[in-house]
Amino acid sequence: MHLTILIPAILNGLLTGAVYALIALGLTLVYGVLHIINFAHGAMLTAALFAAFFMHKLLGLDPYIAVFILSPAFFALGYALQRFVIGPAAHGSDSNILLVTLGLSVVIENAMLHFFRADTRTIDVPYGFSVVPVAGAYLSVPRLVGFGVAVLVAVLLWALLTRSDTGKAIRAVAKEKLGAELSGIDVSHIYAVTFGLGAACVAIAACLLIPTYYVNPHVGTGFVLVAFTIVVLGGMGSIPGALIGGLFVGVVESLCGLYLGESLGQIGIFLMFILVLLFRPSGLMGERA
Amino acid sequence: MTTLMNRGFLSIVIVVALLACVPFLTASNSVLNFLVTGLLLTLAGQGWNVLGGYGGQYSFGHAAFFGTGAYATAILQVRYGFNAWPAFAIGIAAGAAVGAIIGAMTFRSGLRGSYFALVTLAFAEVLRIVASVAPFTGAGTGTLIKLNVGAQAMQFQSRAAFYWMILALVAIALVVTRLIEQSRFGAWLVAVRENQDAARALGVDVTRVKLGAMTVSAALAAAAGCFYAQYFLFIDSGIAYGTWISVEALLAPIIGGIGTVFGPLLGAMMIKVLGEAAKHLIGDAPGLDLVLYGMVLILIVAFAPRGIAGIVAQVQGWLTPKKGKPHG
Repeated sequence: MHLTILIPAILNGLLTGAVYALIALGLTLVYGVLHIINFAHGAMLTAALFAAFFMHKLLGLDPYIAVFILSPAFFALGYALQRFVIGPAAHGSDSNILLVTLGLSVVIENAMLHFFRADTRTIDVPYGFSVVPVAGAYLSVPRLVGFGVAVLVAVLLWALLTRSDTGKAIRAVAKEKLGAELSGIDVSHIYAVTFGLGAACVAIAACLLIPTYYVNPHVGTGFVLVAFTIVVLGGMGSIPGALIGGLFVGVVESLCGLYLGESLGQIGIFLMFILVLLFRPSGLMGERA
Repeated sequence: MTTLMNRGFLSIVIVVALLACVPFLTASNSVLNFLVTGLLLTLAGQGWNVLGGYGGQYSFGHAAFFGTGAYATAILQVRYGFNAWPAFAIGIAAGAAVGAIIGAMTFRSGLRGSYFALVTLAFAEVLRIVASVAPFTGAGTGTLIKLNVGAQAMQFQSRAAFYWMILALVAIALVVTRLIEQSRFGAWLVAVRENQDAARALGVDVTRVKLGAMTVSAALAAAAGCFYAQYFLFIDSGIAYGTWISVEALLAPIIGGIGTVFGPLLGAMMIKVLGEAAKHLIGDAPGLDLVLYGMVLILIVAFAPRGIAGIVAQVQGWLTPKKGKPHG
């Protein structure tokens, strides 16, 4: 295949991959600390996309401004969900957390289906279709912004985890919950903070996606399965793994789409996911956050 | 031991016999339809219960087996001119085979807990996507089984015949579950649930036990799928491999009482009653029943982790005067 087609495909794959990585980041963070998969992650993404959609539709807020309202709001929502619903309902059992997050995802997704119907909606922003030439390819501006912000958020999150006291507490709880508790760390608070951070990642991703993407009640499911793939590929709980895995999956999807057609691009991801799970369940660079 | 065995099976005989009398008491199609869908869910839920309730392996993707059974039954008849009865049997076998394959792959690589839930969910989702684009399954438009009323085509004129058929399948599922519960295999399975590493240390072949449970579990869920296709005569990827069946199949035993023989039956009927009540109160709106089911799932996990069976046991505990230390 000629380079003039290949290079744009790879670049576009990287742009998509960065937003995938951001969604995966929230998932991997929660897994790294609570050692549990948050099955409500996709539903939270759908909710965030709807929130961004309605903020633009009803209040006329640009998604890039709405992100400053939505990310703290979703942090609070995630915090409250873990603190007041998931934590108390689970009675400390892992399988109960799984069931509760599954229940939450069913409730959120179907509530949205009920209120907003199955219609697919999009928003119009003036920059929606603007492009810039990069290395001989024309790249969409909003998607370039998405790439930049996603990488920035990953770096900030990394800094938060390694430099701040809260970050140190989060890592302590992830490594040794009992030890952290004994040294005075409020574990249920840290759990809730982690969950909140995961939700905030999803809110940011939603604001980055909505200018070029669409929203319907099932849109989150597709993204979250990709995010699962990335998390497994990058190693459950690893932040650099999520970033690199996200970019990699974005490129793979783009190339699969180019060679095999759009609908099979997704199948390529799932096959990769299943193969990785079976042969290298700890991921390509497995480590704990 | 024999009296215990008899008592265990006697309860099944009584429950099934009572249920079998229902068509003699009412000819109402809506009552029978309600019970048929309830028993259909019981069958799928019993499948989940064998693996999740007794074996502790929580699958979030029983749609993979349900859908495979449904599609196999439908496609064999529509595309290959099979008679419905062998198609039904092959459908069950196909679902069991998918279960065995997924089980062999996941258990061999030591996946459990979160990972197992994730892998089963992913497999169901992959199958759903494939079924929604492959021309073989009718892609987006789904597969319609031709109307051909007659017992030889397993399309009965009366609802009662369908009702007895699903009741017979449920009866088999109840007996199979009771047999597992009272067998050595069942004891191994429970040992794996309680502590996998300890079970292995005691010489239980953990992988084989889980694989066996998964195959039986998938076969039961597939039987529910085969029956669905035969009863409604239409399936598409969203019905056969949709999340709804994965959720309801796990909800039934969790509401009724996880790891008990009658739990799924109790839970499935509760779910159906809830769904109907919601329809009457708020009207038929898409998604609303699942909102309700999701909430019930959270509430049950939070307040009654052993389901209705657990609540009943607790109430019995309060009513009977205490003699010495309570056990269990």
